[in-house]
Amino acid sequence: MWRHGRDPLPKNATFSVKGTIMKWLSLLILGLLLLPAQMLSAAATTGAYDYPFVNPYEATVIGTPTVYQAEVPKKVPVKDYQLVVFEDREIPPVFWYSEGLNFSLVRQKERAPLIFVIAGTGASYQSPKMKGLQRAFYQAGFSVISISSPTHMNFIVNASTTKVPGHIIHDSEDLYRVMELAYKKVAHRLDVSEFYLTGYSLGASQSAFLARLDEERRVFNFKKVLMINPAVSLFNSVNIIDQMLDNTIGSEPGAFNSYLGRAIRGVATAFERDEPLDFNEDFLYRIYKKRIPSEAKLESLIGFSFRISSSNMIFTSDVMTQYGLIVPPGTELGQTTPLLEYFGAALHTSFVDYYDNYFYPFYKAQSPSLTSDQLQNQMSLRSITNYLRGADKVALMTNNDDLILAPGEIDFLSEVFGDRATIWPTGGHCGNMEQKDVVAFMVNFFKK
Amino acid sequence: MLNLLCVKNKMWVVLTALVMIFLVISGSAAIAQEQPDERKLTDPTAPGYEDPISMYDPWEGFNRSMYKFNYGVDKYFFLPVVRAYKFILPDVVETGIANFFKNLFEINNVANNLLQGNAEGVVNSTFRIVFNSTLGLGGIMDPATPMGFYKMEEDFGQTLGVWGAGPGPFLVLPVLGPSTVRDGIGSGVDSVGNSIWLTAVVNTAFKDTGDRDKVYYGLTGLNIINQRASVPFRYYETGSPFEYELVRFVYLKDRQIKIEER
Repeated sequence: MWRHGRDPLPKNATFSVKGTIMKWLSLLILGLLLLPAQMLSAAATTGAYDYPFVNPYEATVIGTPTVYQAEVPKKVPVKDYQLVVFEDREIPPVFWYSEGLNFSLVRQKERAPLIFVIAGTGASYQSPKMKGLQRAFYQAGFSVISISSPTHMNFIVNASTTKVPGHIIHDSEDLYRVMELAYKKVAHRLDVSEFYLTGYSLGASQSAFLARLDEERRVFNFKKVLMINPAVSLFNSVNIIDQMLDNTIGSEPGAFNSYLGRAIRGVATAFERDEPLDFNEDFLYRIYKKRIPSEAKLESLIGFSFRISSSNMIFTSDVMTQYGLIVPPGTELGQTTPLLEYFGAALHTSFVDYYDNYFYPFYKAQSPSLTSDQLQNQMSLRSITNYLRGADKVALMTNNDDLILAPGEIDFLSEVFGDRATIWPTGGHCGNMEQKDVVAFMVNFFKK
Repeated sequence: MLNLLCVKNKMWVVLTALVMIFLVISGSAAIAQEQPDERKLTDPTAPGYEDPISMYDPWEGFNRSMYKFNYGVDKYFFLPVVRAYKFILPDVVETGIANFFKNLFEINNVANNLLQGNAEGVVNSTFRIVFNSTLGLGGIMDPATPMGFYKMEEDFGQTLGVWGAGPGPFLVLPVLGPSTVRDGIGSGVDSVGNSIWLTAVVNTAFKDTGDRDKVYYGLTGLNIINQRASVPFRYYETGSPFEYELVRFVYLKDRQIKIEER
């Protein structure tokens, strides 16, 4: 049919296959010719901070497009491990597949620094952002241990002392224990010169508390700690995130269900079979990159993706404590019990619902004089201001337009950290973590 | 007709369909709003409450057990094999193998497009075979895609759907995973068709040798490993205790939308 254009075009071509092909071929050739030029111009604009999104919502959702990304290896020699944190902990049958706390190690064969990386809200040790950091630090010559967020199902089930996640002091103590056990498990394979610590989002706030805890315990003697886009006050940040969903879908009855219908339908259409399913903070972000119509409400998307994370967290915690927030007390959940009704209830539960109806009552029951204000203050970097002011080894990196910061919090950070604060002009919440200059900064911070 | 705009046109059809769907959903939600939402944290079964991602799954007990069984098959059989496969072969060879099988069984797309009366799909898939088998060196490369002949997967389950068959209950098949009664039958028909095709191809290509059986089973085995290796999904790694619900929802919605596209 197609013979390199030797035959003349049929006069009444019902469909101009050849015309189409020739058009495509010429486009293809043109494209190939233009490609190097585009690459050159991208390369030429380096120097100053080169990040495309000035809108923090776009930055947060879309992240860093490939051309702006730092080059990191696609494959690194990662090995997964499992820990038994509490010997006597009973894993409820409904979490049968989550027995044992997972973490991963990429190791340098020579003597090298070891860096612990803590994931953000709801994220696992192998979420996309965690893999990005792992690859960048491995490439820079460090061994890397990646640890899931204490708000992740696997962590709550296996490693949370209180089983009620979100309390930064308790969560940090749990993290410290896990880091000790993880290091013990792999120490024989490593020759560590010094220990570093980093984390993003909630993991960054926890890193500050971990750094302080390490001053007492002295197990690792962290030489350097880098906080990436931390929340200052957890309570402020979860309020902001809750509002993102309420702002765009309204809080009247029924509105959430209709939004969910649309959102999940959008998800179903955008997902291609070959794509991995990974329902955490990052999962909707990847879908957006595929094809969400431009008028999509980025704000509600961010709120919604956090809501999926919080549903996972709240259900897990409720089952572990048998408190009855989501699952009526006395309900037996087996390995194959249908969970849809609990999923629905959990999706309707905001962070603030969680705080008011569960979290605060739980911690108040332990110390009856605890007021809600006191609890909120404890869960803020402000409660360790004095430590942070003097802690030369702890540095901060964030963005001027980070969405999870309340008014005044960015000033608080730059005032407290002084010249240890690096504040990029744009990037939203963690949107620029893969950007070239940002990665170079993070790596250099630990290398110097 | 086959032209540059076909793909784009189809996208607009899908988008319009989606917008229509959104309107229908918000319409029904508006009706539902007449009843006050009586959410209680411990009682999601209160009147007026609708499970947001409910799906028809009368055999849920069996399905959940099968889902769990498949996790075991994956963990103790497929994943170790896939790990070895990926360890031994360079990425470029894996891609070549994946392309080769896609091209070999592209004929299945031609057949199903034909059965669905989708002329554009038939032409598209046929051109993919022609270009990928020749320029693509027997199918190991995929030059058809950059030329604008995109992969449009059609299976017999979709064909049955286009003919008007409803999906029936959700069904988790042993080893194969999420499906429905209709799609399960479809997969059966597709795989019989594919093995007849593979037999014919092998018999023609290895006419004069005695190795036909060995080649047939070798290719079939390689393809099974290739299929598992090219799907990044891992059971129970979504970090969600509601993984079964989410997978069921995404699978059924995805199939529904693929058939509505027609």
